[in-house]
Amino acid sequence: MYRYDEFDRTFLIDRNREFRNQVERRLKGELTEDQFKPLRLMNGLYLQLHAYMLRVAIPYGALTARQLRQLAMIARRWDKGFGHWTTRQNIQFNWIKLVDVPDILEALAEVDMHAIQTSGNCIRNVTADPYAGAAADEVEDPRIWAEILRQWSTNHPEFTFLPRKFKFAITGALEDRAAIAFHDIGIRIVGGPNGTVGFKIFVGGGQGRTPYVAQEMKAFLKPEELLSYLEAMLRVYNLHGRRDNLYKARIKILVNAIGIDAYRAQVEEEWERTRQEDIDLPAEEVARIRSHFTPPDLEARPLDAAAFAKRRAEDAGFDRWVRRNVIGHKNPDYAIVSIAFKEPGRPPGDASAEEMERVADAADRFSRSELRITYTQNVILPHVARADLIALYDELKEAGLVAGNTDLITDIIACPGLDYCNLANARSIPIAEAITDRFADPERAEQVGDLRLNISGCINACGHHHAGHIGILGVDKKGTEHYQITLGGSPDNDASVGDILGPSFPAEGVPDAIDTIIDTYLAQRNDGETFLATYRRIGATPFKETLYGTR
Amino acid sequence: MPSVMTANRLQDGAVVYLSDNENWITELASARVAEDGTQLEILQKIAAEATGKQIIIGAYPMDVDLTTGAPAAKSVREKIRAARRPTIAAVNEAR
Ligand code: SF4
Repeated sequence: MYRYDEFDRTFLIDRNREFRNQVERRLKGELTEDQFKPLRLMNGLYLQLHAYMLRVAIPYGALTARQLRQLAMIARRWDKGFGHWTTRQNIQFNWIKLVDVPDILEALAEVDMHAIQTSGNCIRNVTADPYAGAAADEVEDPRIWAEILRQWSTNHPEFTFLPRKFKFAITGALEDRAAIAFHDIGIRIVGGPNGTVGFKIFVGGGQGRTPYVAQEMKAFLKPEELLSYLEAMLRVYNLHGRRDNLYKARIKILVNAIGIDAYRAQVEEEWERTRQEDIDLPAEEVARIRSHFTPPDLEARPLDAAAFAKRRAEDAGFDRWVRRNVIGHKNPDYAIVSIAFKEPGRPPGDASAEEMERVADAADRFSRSELRITYTQNVILPHVARADLIALYDELKEAGLVAGNTDLITDIIACPGLDYCNLANARSIPIAEAITDRFADPERAEQVGDLRLNISGCINACGHHHAGHIGILGVDKKGTEHYQITLGGSPDNDASVGDILGPSFPAEGVPDAIDTIIDTYLAQRNDGETFLATYRRIGATPFKETLYGTR
Repeated sequence: MPSVMTANRLQDGAVVYLSDNENWITELASARVAEDGTQLEILQKIAAEATGKQIIIGAYPMDVDLTTGAPAAKSVREKIRAARRPTIAAVNEAR
């Protein structure tokens, strides 16, 4: 984990003191709401339907047990005892009082956390593969570079007032688990000539009103070239970016308007011009940051295979959990474990203070005190000895956190929607709940197989509906909540934007519609074929016919 | 159309409504109803003053339904705001 130095700590203390003063001035009337709003947004504080919402940054989704315990304390003391994992690997608290925020920020700073870069037209918290440092298919740990990007982008004078928010994602693995194709800039760590490692750069991806899959910008960049090249990319965007039109201000619009080749040519020209003067990142600095991410020293922990097999044979829940939530690790004695925050009755990604504490305890006992938040709103223990899996399962079971449904139809991504969000058209959580109930039988969900179902309460697409194999978008139809369904999106290596199927459904019609889509898939699929593969093979027509009839 | 003034309270963000005695209260049913444009203008003036005094933010008029006698929210959004909680049973039981 990256450990703050004195400079980082002093910066945070100063920043929090400044915001405490701004809050006081706001309460006294020395600042109007118009003056205060940009200041609070710079500190992650939104005003939502029922209260203020504080979004706390979890850089690249990596968290320690100590930090998680502090988040639990904050949830209990200043919220209603809950937090919510967001689709950018952060946490947000939905019931915050303005007057408490300075104290909350201080409590966060005690564990080197803050709410900076979680809002506003700046470079937002960089997201990364949640299996970083543990994944079997990893070229290099992306957290090193995510941390370098974090330090580079925090308060970068040129990039704190961009035309719009700007999102980076980075993966160091063969399989993309960070949805890099749906980011303004996506970075993939790749092998280069003679055993070197470098970066492949993608640009112009995004969701929202105009969804795009990112295009390849640069096939290979050497490590020392990364920052100067990204600076050139941002500078060209910053010069062109449409500040006059909110919907045209994202880099995806620019890239698609002028074309990737024209954009690339301008960036290359800018890069040639400035790369000499832009200080490349010194190798010592990379080494310093790398030293924070040295792999944990994992001693050999052979598994008692007979006992493990016996438990799997006797306990169907454990067996399913192992099948779905236990993922291969670099070290064959170890595993990556996914803790699902999705089951009937739980809004996707909601975690109670007590659950946070129990997960923190499990991380201390079984995963070197390390945790990750996924953009799919679950929690990862990255380094669990296979020999400890039974003990971990039993401990999580007591906490009610052993749903074995990772990447199944009930592992739904859903934004807060109209239950909390000021921008929403429709509710997301009750739709997620109804679908989770419909597929509550784990055998049925497993029979359906890998399926990403994502729900957004408005076109801002925080719930990643465009990238869902099945996507659901809440729309307002003459004052009632309706839901548009898309099929065929994917956030993975084979990224695609889902296709709108047809007219929208009222809320009560959505579970039946999903059932019909699933039945159609099951009737049409070839052996072992996933939902997405079937959809790509047969197209939308069979689904339209079963859903809408042959009109 | 009958309407009331609603806003969020500055200090904690809570949903509030303007009452008969010019307080900002959390119960929509006890909010002061404007029957016409002239009455609404008066309420809007009171809201502007409260905004200037750091009591509320984001005030706006909202149509209400008076069929039961007391003002009730019409849109889903306003129903959720007036309930002061999300609509999911599990969440509300736990909280
Ligand atoms: S998608 Fe819309 S409704 Fe959902 S959280 Fe984002 S802005 Fe709010």
